[in-house]
Amino acid sequence: MKKVASIFVSALLVGALIATGCGTKTESPSATTGSSASGDVIKIGVFEPMTGANAAGGALEVEGIKLANKLYPEVLGKKVELVLVDNKSDKVEASSAASRLVEKEKVSAIIGSWGSSLSMAAGDIVKKAQVPTVAASATNPLVTQNNDFYFRVCFIDPFQGKVMANYAFSKLNAKRVAIVQEISSDYSIGLSKFFTDSFKELTGDQNAIVGVANYNTGDQDFSAQLTNLKAKNPDVIFAPGNFTESSLLIKQARQLGIKVPIIGGDTWEVPEFISVGQEAVEGAIFSTFFTSEKPITPESEKFLAEYRKANPGVEPAAVTALGYDAYIVILDAIKRANSADSIKIKEQLAVTKDFAGAAGMITLDKNGDAVKDAVIKQVKNGKFTYLDIVKAK
Amino acid sequence: MMNFNAVFMYLTGMDLGTFLQHLTNGISLGSLYALVAIGYTMVYGTLRLINFAHGDVFMMTTYFAFYGVSTFMMPWYVSFILAIILTGALGMLLEKWAYRPLRDAPKISIMISAIGASFLLENLAVVLFGGRPKAFPSVKILTDSIQLGSVSIQKLTFVIPIVTVIFLVGLLYLINHTKTGMAMRAVAKDYETAGIMGVNVNLTISQTFAIGSMLAAVGAIMWGLKFPQIAPLMGVMPGLKAFIAAVIGGIGNIKGAVIGGFILGIGEIMIVGFLPSLSGYRDAFAFIFLIVILLFKPTGITGEKIAEKV
Amino acid sequence: MKQKKTLLTLIAILILFVFVFIADQTLDSYKMRILNLCAIYVILGLSMNLINGFTGLFSLGHAGFMAVGAYTTAILTMPDIVKTQNFFMTPMMKPLDTLHVPFFLALLAGGILAGVVGYLIGAPALRLRGDYLAIATLGFAEIIRVVFTNTQSITNGALGLKGIPVSTNIWWTFGLALVTVLIIGSLINSSYGRAFKAIREDEIAAESMGINLFKHKVIAFTIGAFFAGIGGGLLGSLLGTIDPLMFRFFLTFNVLLIIILGGMGSITGTIISAIIITIGGEALRFLDESMTIGSLVIPGISGMRMVVFSALLMIVVIFFNHGIMGTKEFTWDGLFAKFAKKPLAKGGNKQ
Repeated sequence: MKKVASIFVSALLVGALIATGCGTKTESPSATTGSSASGDVIKIGVFEPMTGANAAGGALEVEGIKLANKLYPEVLGKKVELVLVDNKSDKVEASSAASRLVEKEKVSAIIGSWGSSLSMAAGDIVKKAQVPTVAASATNPLVTQNNDFYFRVCFIDPFQGKVMANYAFSKLNAKRVAIVQEISSDYSIGLSKFFTDSFKELTGDQNAIVGVANYNTGDQDFSAQLTNLKAKNPDVIFAPGNFTESSLLIKQARQLGIKVPIIGGDTWEVPEFISVGQEAVEGAIFSTFFTSEKPITPESEKFLAEYRKANPGVEPAAVTALGYDAYIVILDAIKRANSADSIKIKEQLAVTKDFAGAAGMITLDKNGDAVKDAVIKQVKNGKFTYLDIVKAK
Repeated sequence: MMNFNAVFMYLTGMDLGTFLQHLTNGISLGSLYALVAIGYTMVYGTLRLINFAHGDVFMMTTYFAFYGVSTFMMPWYVSFILAIILTGALGMLLEKWAYRPLRDAPKISIMISAIGASFLLENLAVVLFGGRPKAFPSVKILTDSIQLGSVSIQKLTFVIPIVTVIFLVGLLYLINHTKTGMAMRAVAKDYETAGIMGVNVNLTISQTFAIGSMLAAVGAIMWGLKFPQIAPLMGVMPGLKAFIAAVIGGIGNIKGAVIGGFILGIGEIMIVGFLPSLSGYRDAFAFIFLIVILLFKPTGITGEKIAEKV
Repeated sequence: MKQKKTLLTLIAILILFVFVFIADQTLDSYKMRILNLCAIYVILGLSMNLINGFTGLFSLGHAGFMAVGAYTTAILTMPDIVKTQNFFMTPMMKPLDTLHVPFFLALLAGGILAGVVGYLIGAPALRLRGDYLAIATLGFAEIIRVVFTNTQSITNGALGLKGIPVSTNIWWTFGLALVTVLIIGSLINSSYGRAFKAIREDEIAAESMGINLFKHKVIAFTIGAFFAGIGGGLLGSLLGTIDPLMFRFFLTFNVLLIIILGGMGSITGTIISAIIITIGGEALRFLDESMTIGSLVIPGISGMRMVVFSALLMIVVIFFNHGIMGTKEFTWDGLFAKFAKKPLAKGGNKQ
């Protein structure tokens, strides 16, 4: 019996191989790079982590992209179809997923991905295939560098690091800052580096950073690192990192009796940051892209109205607004190009200027990075509340 | 006192208050490792099997407890107890489906099955509960902090070691003074002979797994209270650390697991405390510790020599 | 007879090259990428099978060796200007910042370095056995990853490397996969190979037959690590970007799945299952996507694919613990025997 079953399963597996393998080989090849819309549909690829470590961020972005698609389902009289692929928070998967969008789905443009390293895995593929790609919230400067086909609708880490250093120096009157960084996250070490540079410059003191502690992605205990920093008596702690670790970190800091302000970056703006951190994260300050309390553009209001209608009682996260923006920026470029040809879309994307997105005015610089204002928020009474706005220039 | 503090600071480069805080942190973390390690070592002691899925069973408990409180609106203590029982059942199922069919197969096969089970549980959790982390129910009376001089201590820090010791004593009694325990010891020595002598081998191994998993569950609840964030992959590191703790103490030795847990917890914290510039290497220390122990004293600090079976 | 078989082998290789040539000419880059991944996984699967399947050392350190190979290859092939751009936070250590060599040499260096690391790890760790060895090698792989995360001036830490020249193409991957098959194949059939298998079957018996356990284990481990390094180098160069998080235990799990499914101790099995898993993994993407049957839309469940994969691993281990091929191999003799329907005259498929 067992033997029969084993033969059956082997046959099934070999059959699957032949089916998929041959299928792969016999499908008609397409030699052209780039792609264009076929028929009445324009395809836009969505390339996001739906599983794995970055799933939460990916889900928030997709929320915004889908919302935008619902509001603007058509362009040039054609229906816009979203093709969602999961990059599984994994680089190998990410490159296959991007390649699939480009070759198999023949999308005109791509949105994604949450997580700069995943975006970078797609970089060469979209560049070679000449498909314009817009990242919603990937803030690592390397993503768009040397790549004419990669754009983003958010600001980059150097700017954000500078904003927080300025805030700590001028508004919180900090002279001595301690940093806790997630050593295995490009985002976190990038922010702390730019923060450090700006803060030293502002204070004119080479020793203004009194201590640096590291932790790894997925760590849950930070007591040793925090106890070390507490002994240094900083005025402010800068703790850029993912919300998953940061909320636990802040909680432990408060339990250890650290009372100074703790500040961070945009990744904190996720409901779980508050539901996990609870009263410990009260007062936490961070920079982000967008606030629902002060709609910046008419588009913001439209986005907010639609979002609140779909999700009563929930305020949108910044990355949701950015996902929304990535979609409408592409649609705008298609409109201006009057074509779904990917190269024409890219040309129009590159000259995007003063475009009113949900998360502020978007102007893309020569690298394809958005130049835009930063919003400072604070956790107050269990909610993210608007504190200040910092102009781009 | 002032004087002593100055001398201490001169010797260690750290003031006494900071040192005591580190020590408290280390004991608190170590007792958690110890609690999870007891279950690990117990399963190993009986079956000579590294239960890779132990950490994932641990993860499942936190979700059971979470849904008990949030979806079924149970009081926390009811939910926690139910979660522990459910986890015990999960452990038995795991043994029945993933390990029992392979009992006579090469050891490598069981280990691969264990790795498969571990990945299966993690991915099932992603599908069933979603990849986004959730907040573990908080129990205020346990998680508040109290201030002793310059040292701040969470009440939980006292609760966890007490729970650990209670379970340690209970387990030692079970193993050494009950019939079930005797059967477990017999199965651990030689399950075929034990079977011939009238021990119900399947039942005994099932019981071992149920108890081992319930111990993981108790650990998971304590862990959830201390680090109130649950996610599908949260069990991986605690599982590995508990395993390392068990190896340090001599795997299969229950008292050793507790000692190993404390050594690992305090060691990890102290290394970061005294060498802050190496804090990024923290996870590597545990593995280096493991490898050093394996190479120089593979039976752990309390272990005795096991003769090779030919 | 022997000449005839050699001829057949040569013809098979020729057919493979014709296939590669046609594929290269006609397939789009998505399909080429999958074919490339197939070949890379063949290399990785064989290298792990040499350690785990043929020699019976349960090692889980593959991701670490791949990381060493991938980083070495990447650092040695990246142009200076790209390096400067990448290392914008912490400048790269001299003389690495201006060092580069041709792709093949870089790949070879990656393999050799991975082999050296394998030797350094293996020499102490191989005294352990069974599950202890598994955990120790897993630990070493994690240590390598943590070290790579922290040594920013060499690896660029968590920022990863971007802009690695994409030198990998189907000729490299299939060519090197073929070389790997030939080398490991002849190794297995040499006196070393017989010693490896003897160690797998029974260490104590092997030792009493005069086999130097330690020496042979270290040889298998080092060669396995070498090919893992080559595979890692190819992978990095195919993707064009690497970072430490890529080399988690999950990567080892993927390779392990391949050798379990193919059969621990079968070269042919490894090749077949590497192809099945890689293509199957892509084909199973539909599990994550939403399905439309008539007017009914079933929303996709992200992560379903991984559930299927891990369940598959367990099913194979529990019910079909020999995998597709067990320790058998495809041989010309076996093929002749099948057609001739005569009792086996020669070695071949006798198990």
